[in-house]
This record gives sequence, structure tokens and C-alpha cells, in this order.
Amino acid sequence: MDYDLIVTYIPNLRRYARALVGDRDGADDLVQDTLERAVRKFHLWRPGDLRAWLFSIMHNVFVNQLKARKVSSDVEVDETFAAPMSSVGPLDLQDLQRALGTLAPEQREVVLLIALEDMSYADVSRALGIPMGTVMSRLSRGRERLRRVMNAEGPKSGLKVVT
Amino acid sequence: MNDQDDAQLKALLKKHFDPVATEPIPARMYLRRPAWIGYARAAMLVSVGIAVGLAIPYVRPAAPPIAAVQPAATFPMRAARAHLVYAPEVRHPVEVDASQQEHLVKWLSKRLGVDLKVPLLAGEGYELLGGRLLPGPEGPVAQFMYQDSAGKRLTLYVSRPNRADTLSAFRYAQEGPVSVFYWIDRECGYALSGELDRATLTRVATAVYRQLEP
Repeated sequence: MDYDLIVTYIPNLRRYARALVGDRDGADDLVQDTLERAVRKFHLWRPGDLRAWLFSIMHNVFVNQLKARKVSSDVEVDETFAAPMSSVGPLDLQDLQRALGTLAPEQREVVLLIALEDMSYADVSRALGIPMGTVMSRLSRGRERLRRVMNAEGPKSGLKVVT
Repeated sequence: MNDQDDAQLKALLKKHFDPVATEPIPARMYLRRPAWIGYARAAMLVSVGIAVGLAIPYVRPAAPPIAAVQPAATFPMRAARAHLVYAPEVRHPVEVDASQQEHLVKWLSKRLGVDLKVPLLAGEGYELLGGRLLPGPEGPVAQFMYQDSAGKRLTLYVSRPNRADTLSAFRYAQEGPVSVFYWIDRECGYALSGELDRATLTRVATAVYRQLEP
């Protein structure tokens, strides 16, 4: 009956998915699968934080997709990152996405939920089904790595991501 | 320093990905509602409808019952209406007048299926004019009419008890302008009606009661 409520979170899910997956089509597929699953399981939703519930579904779908594409995701992040970042101008979306791609998926999830969704540690803990301590450690390691990756290209591109 | 870095990182991520949230949503994401949502919704509407239907009598206890459902008018009500119809009648207040009292009583007794007695109220100032047969909700009803020297009329309404009538002791009821004294026993229900003050009617009704209920 509150199916329409789900629709109101589509923009959030798409934004997060785009940053999480990287490419537009892959991200929208993730959103699509998440929505379909949410609708199928909607009777299991207990009135409460619908956003956290939807993101937890997206997390499960995402993890399943990773398992399904085990081979491609095994292409190590560091190797992926070996591709050079654009050397001129400010850090563009592609650079940022490539930098995100260097994070382990579970770090990326935490970093993005906190940055894009303004989730609290508790929200992230619920959405991803992990303890708060794990949320914090993944967050700090993820951020650190992200900064390191961007700084590595930073001086060359003249970007001051971190002061 | 670290907090600032975190804020900066966050701002960077938001700057690049926030526009995604305002992109038009692909049509395929407006999922067709799965069938169960339709069924669940329909079932819910039906159950809400039933619940509302069931609740209405409780929610609106003061709502007047629909006329068709309302039980027939009560015994004193019927008596009062009959009084109002026939008491003003100038030329044909009764079908059989008092000169044929014996015939009147036999006739009405036969129609009602009970041995009727006609109380005599001359002692109270009322002479018998006669009587008539009336339709009641479940059969014939007898009405006797009396008149005092000033032309004021009383009617005695006599019927076999209906299923809806409960046995009743001597009771008083006011139906519009008409005062009614009535009582219902196993044999018959009696109602004395008149546009009289209560005290006068009580006096006459008591006399009727004494004569009919030995």
C-alpha cells in the first residue's frame, strides 16, 4: 500500500548506485534489481526506516552481483588503478570513479553511504548488517585510501583534494 | 585536519554524484505493481468497507432506524392515531351505534375472536356512542367511542395482543395531543385515548380497568 514510498527513494538509490558501481547502466541495473526485490519483499518491511531497509536490499543485491561477476571483480583494484588519471584540469567524474574503484567494495559502500546519504554509523550498520566498529574501521580505511589515490594524481593534475 | 579532509571528501563526492539524483528516472524503474499489491489493496479496501459497515451502527447510535426496519407503531401509538382519525368524525363516528349495543359486542367479539365486554362509563359522565372495526397490524381491532355532555370524546381501543406487544400493567402515554392509558394482558390490549388532561383520563381509565379486569 505504501509502494509509492519506495519510488520516492529512487533518486537516492540511483545516486548511491552510480558511485558504487561506476557505470551508468550497471548502476541502474542495480537499482532496478533492488526495486524489484523490494517490491517482492515489501510485506516483510516493518514500518520504520524505509531508506535503511532499501539500502540493505541494495547491499544484498550488490553483494550477489559481485559474487556472480567474481572473475571481473577479481581484477585487482590496484591494477585497475594503474590506468593513469587525467593529467590536466580538475579531478573529473571519471577520475573520481576510478579512485572509488580502487576501494574494496565493502569500503566503498561505507564511504558512500556516509558521504552521499548522510547516514549515521548506526544507519550504515543496519543497512549493511555489520557492527558499528566495522563501519568505523571500513570508513577510515576507505577514506584514507581514497585520499591517497587522489593525492597520488593530485599534484600532476594540479588538484588540491586534500590541503 | 582529518575532519576537514573528511568534509572535503564528502563535498567532492556529493558534487559529482548529486546530479544523478535529479536525473530523470528511467521509466522502467516505475515498476508495474506486482499483482499481489493489487489484490492486497483490493482485499484491504473490501475489509475496510466491511469494517466501516459494521461500525456504523456503533458510530451513529442516534441515527434513526430506517422506516422499513422500524417495528410497527406501539400499541398506545396505534390507539392514539385511531382516536385522532375517528373522534372528530361528526356524522359517522361509529359503524354500529349504541342502540345496537348487543349486536355491536357480538360482532366485534366474533371478529377479534375473544369475548369482549363494553365498559359503561356513564358514572364518569361518558355515554357509549358505539363502535367500529379497524385494521390492526396483525388482525382486526375494535374501537368503542364515548362522548360526554359537552361532546368530548373518548375511545377505547381493544385488540388481541400482537407478538410485538409486551404484557403491560396500567400505563400512561402521551401521543401528540392525545393522552393514552393502556394495559395489555394475555387476552387483550386496552387503550383509552382522549384529548383530556391526565387527571381526568386517569379517573375514567381507572373505571374502565375495574370493569374489565375483575
